[in-house]
Amino acid sequence: MGPLAQAVAPSHMPIVLRPLLPELILVGTALALMLLDALRPTPDQRPFVLLSLAGVAGAAAATLSLWTWKGPGSVLGGMIAADRFAVYFRLVILAAAALGILLSSYYLDRAGEARGEYYPLLLFATAGMTLITAASDLILIFLALEILSLSLYLLTGFSFRRLASAEASMKYFLLGAFSSAFFLYGIAFAYGATGTTNLAGIATALASRVNGDALALIAVGLLAVGFSFKIAAVPFHMWTPDAYQGAPTCVTAFMSAGTKVAAFGAFLRVFGVAFLPLAHDWRAFMGVLAAISIIVGSVLAIAQTDIKRLLAYSSIAQAGFILVGLSAGTQAGIQSAMFYLAVYAGTVLGAFAVVAIASVRGEEHTALSSYAGLARRRPLLGLALTAFLLSLAGIPPMAGFIAKVSVFSAAVQAGSWPLVLIAVLASVAAAFFYIRVIVLMYMQDPAPEIEGVRIESDPAGWAAVLAPAFLTVVFGILPGLLFGLLRTASVVRF
Amino acid sequence: MHHFPWLTVVTFTPLAGAVPLALLPKRALNLHRIWGMFVTVLTFGLSLGILAQFRTGTLGFQLVDHAVWVRSLNFNYTLGVDGVSLFLVLLTTFLMPAGILVSWKLEHQVKNYFLAFLALETAMIGSFLAIDLLLFFFFFEALLFPMYLIIGGWGSERRIHAAIKFFLYTMAGSAFLLLGILFLYFLSGSQLGRATFDYRALQHLAIATTTARWLFLAFFVAFAVKTPLVPLHTWLPEAHTEAPTAGSLALAAVVIKVGAYGLIRFNLGLFPEASGYFRTLVLVLAVVGIVYGATVALIQSDLKRLVAYSSVSHMGFVVLGIFAFSLQGLTGGVLTMINHGLSTGGLFLLVGMLYDRLHTRDLNRMGGLAAVIPAYAGVFLFVALSSIGLPGLNGFVGEFLVILGTFIVTKPYAVVAVTGVVLSAIYLLWGYQRAMHGALPVAGGATNGHGNGSSGRLKDLELREYFVIVPIMAAILFIGIYPKPILSRIEPTTYTIVGCVQMTTNKGAPLPASNGPLSAESLRRLLCTSGGP
Repeated sequence: MGPLAQAVAPSHMPIVLRPLLPELILVGTALALMLLDALRPTPDQRPFVLLSLAGVAGAAAATLSLWTWKGPGSVLGGMIAADRFAVYFRLVILAAAALGILLSSYYLDRAGEARGEYYPLLLFATAGMTLITAASDLILIFLALEILSLSLYLLTGFSFRRLASAEASMKYFLLGAFSSAFFLYGIAFAYGATGTTNLAGIATALASRVNGDALALIAVGLLAVGFSFKIAAVPFHMWTPDAYQGAPTCVTAFMSAGTKVAAFGAFLRVFGVAFLPLAHDWRAFMGVLAAISIIVGSVLAIAQTDIKRLLAYSSIAQAGFILVGLSAGTQAGIQSAMFYLAVYAGTVLGAFAVVAIASVRGEEHTALSSYAGLARRRPLLGLALTAFLLSLAGIPPMAGFIAKVSVFSAAVQAGSWPLVLIAVLASVAAAFFYIRVIVLMYMQDPAPEIEGVRIESDPAGWAAVLAPAFLTVVFGILPGLLFGLLRTASVVRF
Repeated sequence: MHHFPWLTVVTFTPLAGAVPLALLPKRALNLHRIWGMFVTVLTFGLSLGILAQFRTGTLGFQLVDHAVWVRSLNFNYTLGVDGVSLFLVLLTTFLMPAGILVSWKLEHQVKNYFLAFLALETAMIGSFLAIDLLLFFFFFEALLFPMYLIIGGWGSERRIHAAIKFFLYTMAGSAFLLLGILFLYFLSGSQLGRATFDYRALQHLAIATTTARWLFLAFFVAFAVKTPLVPLHTWLPEAHTEAPTAGSLALAAVVIKVGAYGLIRFNLGLFPEASGYFRTLVLVLAVVGIVYGATVALIQSDLKRLVAYSSVSHMGFVVLGIFAFSLQGLTGGVLTMINHGLSTGGLFLLVGMLYDRLHTRDLNRMGGLAAVIPAYAGVFLFVALSSIGLPGLNGFVGEFLVILGTFIVTKPYAVVAVTGVVLSAIYLLWGYQRAMHGALPVAGGATNGHGNGSSGRLKDLELREYFVIVPIMAAILFIGIYPKPILSRIEPTTYTIVGCVQMTTNKGAPLPASNGPLSAESLRRLLCTSGGP
């Protein structure tokens, strides 16, 4: 029986849908919302927000119940993995989605962009993100990647009347499509090399060979390029600053956190499982990718004058730090990368949430100069952004510190000294631009035209800021809470 | 061993106290002050518990608190106290109430100021008590941000520049420290079976000579910036000068001690051979610092800058004592750290009080103050004399031990160092003379303009200020007259450290030989591993 026949669930195997339940709930909610929007159009967005949140909560409950899943490691003909690895990533993504929804309700109201199709798109994107972390077949990974990407292209251009938003959407789409082609090409080569697209199958096929052949190596390269686009690693980062800046801030917040976590989830699964037999071939490649991402991201961030662009470059550098963990090619490396991802998601989402609130309406005040004196005007907002920036800079007691130290120690144990050296020195340079924002907020007076601008928020906006801030501190002091989960969650099962 | 977690409680009391403070209403300034005072005094009271529980004469770390932080990566939370850290912790908790009290009249962002202060106190205590390298680094880095905020948020004119300079210097230094710590973690993984940051375990590592020397340098750079040693000191005069009074107090009395403490604990403790190799270099830097700091202090007309440069000079003494490799030198070095905290901390407090009255720190605009505010002048003289090293006061004991400990090992350095003592008498007494004696300045107008009294005269010390300075004066006097209880608690630890370094490098002064049952090598190993497993 060929692999294709296996994939369509042979008749003697029951069809088990429970491991797919989170995605089904998300997609179901999204469809319901679309119907609601079509049948009873209403300017009041509250039902949409509440229903989306309910959908996300339902998906989270379904995900949690999978933590104690006793069934087979993978279902639907090896397409969906039912392991704790997927549970962990789904929970992180769903948390990001919930906060993203809250922030969106705050932002869209003020920007005058509240339209019914927003929340279904966001839920589709979320479903794509959670699906990709559970997919254990390259075809399904590709499918999930497209679901999340297409939704995000649309969300990026959601404020299409604003030229920057439309332009960002177009850039993101063109480069994204380009990267999809790489990815698809990589799948083709992987199939050519091993005769299967199933991750476990690829791993078995590769492990039985003494040397990785050229086809498999080409597949590794092409897939790595495809993933690098999505995680925004240099030199495949070009779309990031424009897309992050042009997109509505609430979309930026959600996608910067969610896309990176989702893409890294699949990245870790594909390289940590399927291509693990070739680890000694791709480790150096990942190391180089990590080093240049860290350096380029940190250096270019210094020159930015817009907070959204600054955070975009910072997220490029952060991708590099997470790659440091992956490049270790060990269990410790995967664990620390997974910890880093959760911390990063909370931090960057919270930071963009602050940006959304401080911009008052839409994209009005995103210049760095408008952050002068912010801590004096809105102490809590300033304090929260400080926590996020310190976490990104890796300064204790924020969670970013433990995240950095743990990826470094994993890399050190794997002997990647030059990489750690570069990463540590670059993080000093990076500290400079994070601190610059803090100096602005705490130690400088606001410009006269900013002084009078009233910054207000509602409970939804505050939740999107304060929940991540709280977690950033808690995971910085008690990282064991997450690492405890990771002991079993970092093991990929089939 | 289960015991009351004294160290954890003392470390985190200030931070725990910060939480209710954060919830107090913003306008209740007096409540903030009283609460800040309460928390710092409570912390001091609790820290006396450590002193009471501390067993003199026991080797190794005591009152160890241990908890797992991250199991899979073997990150641990381990606190412990020994003779070197004991009095540094007490110094910290002793001085922080003075810091709160001297800031009593602050009106601007009081709550944030005290919050930063309490966070700073936890980080400072934690750095002295952590005996896990990662945890040490955690506290060492956590120090940075509150200190930076205090300088940059409440300092004088050039505060932002000073704060950024402070931050970048220390960050750059600690990058090397992190690399060093990670390398030890890596080595322990291959040698001990499981990678660890535990200080006591890392002392058992057999590190290749060249590697150890590189590691020494990585640690040394970080601590030399913090201590500070010439030529890495340039952040210090600015940070000290621009910081608000209590910030200068914390910086001078405690934060820079973390650097010197790190040199003892980590450079000597983990890399004894490399310490011997780089000894000459460090000794030269130390005496250059002594003379340079003192000389530059001579020509300052800003009283606060003068005290700041005197810090550079005094910290040179500390490092000289540490790297003399003699029992007297190291013990004196540790004691000088305490003394410097009291004297220089006291001087910064007094300069701050003077500034509150005159709104200037410029010596050229002062004069004849002894006639106007005699009690202040008397107190200032007392603390200045302690800083100079007058016998009978604390400074003398520490500096004498350092110079003696250096002299019995290597005379030239001791000879040069003594000039620092002479110079310190000149710059401090000259500064005192310019401010307190002579004619009342033309600035009579200036003083009157800002005078507090209805008559236009300056007010002498008020009750609150006596509460700030009198405990410090009492400590100065106590250590000067009866240092034995302190020395006897420091010495067992310094004995093992010096013994280890001395037996490893054959440099410095051999300790009184004990013809015990141990062979030289096993004695060396015992001394080099914190006197315990």
